Amino acid sequence: MKRRTLLASGAAAAALGLTGLPVLAQDTKTKVGFIFVGPVGDGGWTYQHNEGRLAIEQEFGDSVETMFVESVPEGPDAVRVMTDMALKGANLIFTTSFGYMDQTVEVASKFPNVKFEHATGFKDAPNLATYSARFYEGRAVQGHIAGHMTTSNIIGYIGSFPIPEVIRGINSSYLAAKAVNPDVQFKIVWAYTWFDPAKEAEAANVLIEQGADVILQHTDSTAPQAAAQAKGNVITFGQASDMAEYAPSPRVSSIIDNWAPYYIDRTRAVMDGTWETHQVWEGIGDGMVKIGEISDAVPAEVKASAEALRDSIAAGETHPFTGPVNKQDGSVWLAEGEKADDGTLLGMNFYVEGIEGDIPS
Amino acid sequence: MDLSAINPILLLASLMVAATPILLAAIGELVVERAGVLNLGVEGMMITGAVCGFIVATATGSPWLGFLGAALGGALLSLLFGVLTQFLLSNQVATGLALTLFGLGLSALMGQSYLGIRAPAFPDIHVPLLGDIPVIGPIVFQHDPMVYVGLGIVAGVWWFLNRTRAGLVLRAVGENHDAAHALGYHVRRTRMLAIMFGGACAGLGGAYLSLVRVPQWTEGMTAGAGWIALAIVVFASWKPGRLVLGAYLFGGVTVLQLNLQAAGVAVPVEYLSMSPYLATIAVLVIMSAGRAPGSLGRIFHAAR
Repeated sequence: MKRRTLLASGAAAAALGLTGLPVLAQDTKTKVGFIFVGPVGDGGWTYQHNEGRLAIEQEFGDSVETMFVESVPEGPDAVRVMTDMALKGANLIFTTSFGYMDQTVEVASKFPNVKFEHATGFKDAPNLATYSARFYEGRAVQGHIAGHMTTSNIIGYIGSFPIPEVIRGINSSYLAAKAVNPDVQFKIVWAYTWFDPAKEAEAANVLIEQGADVILQHTDSTAPQAAAQAKGNVITFGQASDMAEYAPSPRVSSIIDNWAPYYIDRTRAVMDGTWETHQVWEGIGDGMVKIGEISDAVPAEVKASAEALRDSIAAGETHPFTGPVNKQDGSVWLAEGEKADDGTLLGMNFYVEGIEGDIPS
Repeated sequence: MDLSAINPILLLASLMVAATPILLAAIGELVVERAGVLNLGVEGMMITGAVCGFIVATATGSPWLGFLGAALGGALLSLLFGVLTQFLLSNQVATGLALTLFGLGLSALMGQSYLGIRAPAFPDIHVPLLGDIPVIGPIVFQHDPMVYVGLGIVAGVWWFLNRTRAGLVLRAVGENHDAAHALGYHVRRTRMLAIMFGGACAGLGGAYLSLVRVPQWTEGMTAGAGWIALAIVVFASWKPGRLVLGAYLFGGVTVLQLNLQAAGVAVPVEYLSMSPYLATIAVLVIMSAGRAPGSLGRIFHAAR
């Protein structure tokens, strides 16, 4: 560790020396870097971020150069990868997983002239912006369909890590499912990984064996879809990507992370010199979250009501977290008609009333 | 907490499936190590097998041909390791690690156009008569054929190592390559064949993931299974029988911890997630580890 710190600080010192120099003539291209948590071929989360990277190349052609490193572990090693990218002359670096938060803050403080963008976190700086999508809006639509479709009334949920974003998704889908089906029960399994196809398949199988006929996932591979397909009569939802290869069934709909417009905007801002730090959190209404085509496996009236819910969320008329909602311990969280504030949602660390089990701490 | 939700029959049945890829890769590595070679490239050979198997299976529509392709792919990659370590006398640890990195990259490249495609179906077989035995039938005799192929390979390896002359020669090469050489045995040839067998088995293990377990190709899908296989070889103290035990224990606790989670058992999830690793280490340490083959990892050159 000590040696690494030494190396990092040495690298930073070198970089600080470099950044004082005038920009060399051949460096006219804007360089955009990406740090990915999984492989670009995961078919889910990282795949979708990479689509955004490709969209930047499409949009700006020869005036940009993009680079990426995939399967970077969340933790100290990410510092090395980000530092390396900054030293290679990246002007803008997107770090695309929650677990890179503190590392991004650390590296951003060493490279004041490089712009950083961290996905799904909450720490910012003058050269570090955060961006995230309101996935929980999509989760509400999924929960609505799930509550209607389940016959066993058991819905399985594959969680990755017990972080606020995942807990938000569980709560949002539970409330929406409960609203249309009071008997619904959630079984939650934590995989402790974002991406491990064998483990995800295993988790899906276990949930199905324990009676779940709907599987919701917050992990990045399509393995749960395949597991559900093998079992038949189990429905799933695409996660991050459309996962359309499993339509019309088991995949009956999906949440699609649409990063491309945002990535193009921010790259343009760096080119124009108008880039400023911000904290954005956009949902269905802004187009950052999309609901994939609801397939014919869903009855027409359920499809219609799910689409109505989607549109009403997009228009800002419905908020998935609207009172009366109690916390799991029975204490009041939201009064009748009260909407959750973003601060509580961003730091969410409790289940709502009716969900069984404890959040791992 | 509702333990009644856990069906022990289904749990034991999925244990056999969960253990199979690790078992396949580990039995191959066991033979390699008994021949005195340490190949840390299991993960790389597995993932290469996974992608080769997937490509062949989708091209031909036959999972069986896919498994054959996977075995060939794994063996070819291991041949690279064999040439480097046995003929060019490179360091086995470094070469093995490089093989893993190379395999991960190569497989990602080969699999580029196979993302999001489904593998052809590989139906379970219901063994006649035996599959109808209550309780035992669904646990043991209603799996896909590769589960039995894996167990067959383990039995074959045990028989080969303990009951055949060639197996004795292989063990002699692994215990003391100078003595084996002095007796006129072909150390390099024996080791090359062992290395290729190990590669083929690792390839089968990888293909079990891409054709049966997950039935699709995703980059990095082995997610560390090769390293578990390596550990299980050591814990099994290089004995095929204990290897089955180790693999089943690991697979079993993996499945059990997910079942306990879903049933809402009030044990902290982190402990549950750790449990497969802890249980594997604990049991196999209690069983007392044996001695490693005498020439394991040492470079052989006839002139020395």
